Amino acid sequence: MLKLLDGPQTLGRGKIFWSCFLAVLAGALIYPLFADSYDVGNFAYFLIWIFMALGLCLMWGYGGMLSFGQTFFFGIAGYGYGVLAINMGGGTATIAALVLSVVIAMIAAGILGYFMIWGGISGIFFGIVTLSATLVLAFFLGQTAGPEWHIGPARLNGFNGMKGMDPLTVGDFDIEGSALYYLMIALIVIVYVALRMLVNSSVGNVIVATRENPQRAEMLGYDVRKYQLLTFVIGSGLAGLSGALYTSWGQFITPSSIGLPAAAMPIVWVAFSGRNDLTATLVGSFLLLFGFQTITVYSQQAALVLMGVLLLATVMLAPQGFVLGIGKLVVDWWTRRGRRDEAPALADASRLQSDET
Amino acid sequence: MSAELFSVFYQFADVFAFLILSAAGLAIVFGMMGVINMAHGEFIMCGAYVTVGLVNLGVPLPIAQILAALTAGIIGMIVELLIVRRFYKRPLDSLLATWGLSLIVTQSMLLIIGSAVRGIGTPEGSFAIGGYTFSTYRLVLFVCAVAVLGGLYIIFMKTRFGVIARATMQNAAMAKALGARTGRIYSISFGIGTALAGLCGALYAPTMTLIPTMGATFVVESFVTVVIGGANVLLGTAPAAVFLAMIRMALNASYGQIIGQIGMLFAVILIIRVLPEGLSSVLVRRGR
Repeated sequence: MLKLLDGPQTLGRGKIFWSCFLAVLAGALIYPLFADSYDVGNFAYFLIWIFMALGLCLMWGYGGMLSFGQTFFFGIAGYGYGVLAINMGGGTATIAALVLSVVIAMIAAGILGYFMIWGGISGIFFGIVTLSATLVLAFFLGQTAGPEWHIGPARLNGFNGMKGMDPLTVGDFDIEGSALYYLMIALIVIVYVALRMLVNSSVGNVIVATRENPQRAEMLGYDVRKYQLLTFVIGSGLAGLSGALYTSWGQFITPSSIGLPAAAMPIVWVAFSGRNDLTATLVGSFLLLFGFQTITVYSQQAALVLMGVLLLATVMLAPQGFVLGIGKLVVDWWTRRGRRDEAPALADASRLQSDET
Repeated sequence: MSAELFSVFYQFADVFAFLILSAAGLAIVFGMMGVINMAHGEFIMCGAYVTVGLVNLGVPLPIAQILAALTAGIIGMIVELLIVRRFYKRPLDSLLATWGLSLIVTQSMLLIIGSAVRGIGTPEGSFAIGGYTFSTYRLVLFVCAVAVLGGLYIIFMKTRFGVIARATMQNAAMAKALGARTGRIYSISFGIGTALAGLCGALYAPTMTLIPTMGATFVVESFVTVVIGGANVLLGTAPAAVFLAMIRMALNASYGQIIGQIGMLFAVILIIRVLPEGLSSVLVRRGR
């Protein structure tokens, strides 16, 4: 099992990588002891989106399916959490609401994915259909302002946004501030490790084989559609997890978290980071979210312009992604330095050999 | 009775015109280069803003609309030269690049111009048949949509450019080997595509509120029309628009705009399941 953590589909292997991983994790764990609780809450807030990024990385980077509609599932689970939390009452039921809303998002992904994947659409069309679904959902939710749009006591409220749901709660204890922060860290570690094991398992190998050449994978006897659907459902479920956590964090969600600018965000994070590697996506998304958060304080619009520039620059200058590219440079430099130390010894050895002959 | 019939036709024509005008530009670029221009909505917005700006300066509406379409076309050619040109071999990346461009343009407009601009009213004029009154401008839009289809037919079927362009669409490498300047063909067709987007914005500018994010209003319709139409623009777009317009009109009339749009999306997803390559693939096969 543990061998799967260091498989061929993920970069970053061996002792040095995992020591760094543990060091970062330790840093993250002791961070709340030093920072003030407001900052910790903010940190937890932007960690919410990491799941959506990791899900997209799995679908796009490993599975070759570029979905523009990750916020579709984000929105379904986000609104789902709100509706369920209000209808089922607060308290521990919110945990059930969280799980159920993610399940609903995955079911939605299963249905949409069935029609797209069994319909044989791929490439550009895949993105167009998911984006259209996203825009229609945003458009639909935008016009639900009237009192007739409600599910039980939960009002959808159109562009004013849905509110009034409880935050995640266990018994009488609200999971907020540093408790929420620790929950996020735990979830991120679980999701990251689980995805690493998934992509390095035999299933992951088939997913990558399908990305490389669907016909060839099919010829080798795999029903590629099942693997694609699995990838799509997992990736979308992660987007749903982000959505449900988002609603529970702010006790608020609006259609604007589904619409066009929002839908562009996960693509920017993953493209900038390097879609072919989970670790690069994790690191890059974290950096971008942190930066975005900082700039948004001054101007939301300016932050979005910058995201557009980043996307354009990534595609034009570093199609593989900046974080992945820089990571590879560092690794190359490291290994080349290692080889240079060995090089004289090798030269001596070959001279010895030639002397013998 | 004839009044009811005309009313049905009028509603159909309204949706049909919207679909054709918003999709034509996108379809040409897609058919030629296999590239979906995600900044399509922004070119529509550009056409609308230029039109309103010129009308507010005192230019007559039709002239302002033509100038707006030309402006969008020229900007489109510049964008092709600077950005899109590098991505013909990587269509998915071109999608991302144009999406990045779309984000930059929309949000910069919000920053610079702000959210709303004083619009121009819909040109007056209506006529009555039976007990119903109809707005003349909606019919003008329908006529324009038909004219766009006719114009594209003439450009692609009756001119030398059209022959070379169709050859490029079928096999770009072969066309290039035979001496066609495919680079220039791409550049011109991207220009035509964005000019048509600009025209769409210009034509709809009098009927809607101008906001920098207005492109999104057209995006779903134009994308799904192109997806349903398939790769052969000349055969696909118009039948796709007819088909979608009928579904949409029926749903709009009985359940309202929202259900109309959601229903259209469902129809699209179902059609894709049956005809992954779009309507034009069926038509092409029948034609042979």
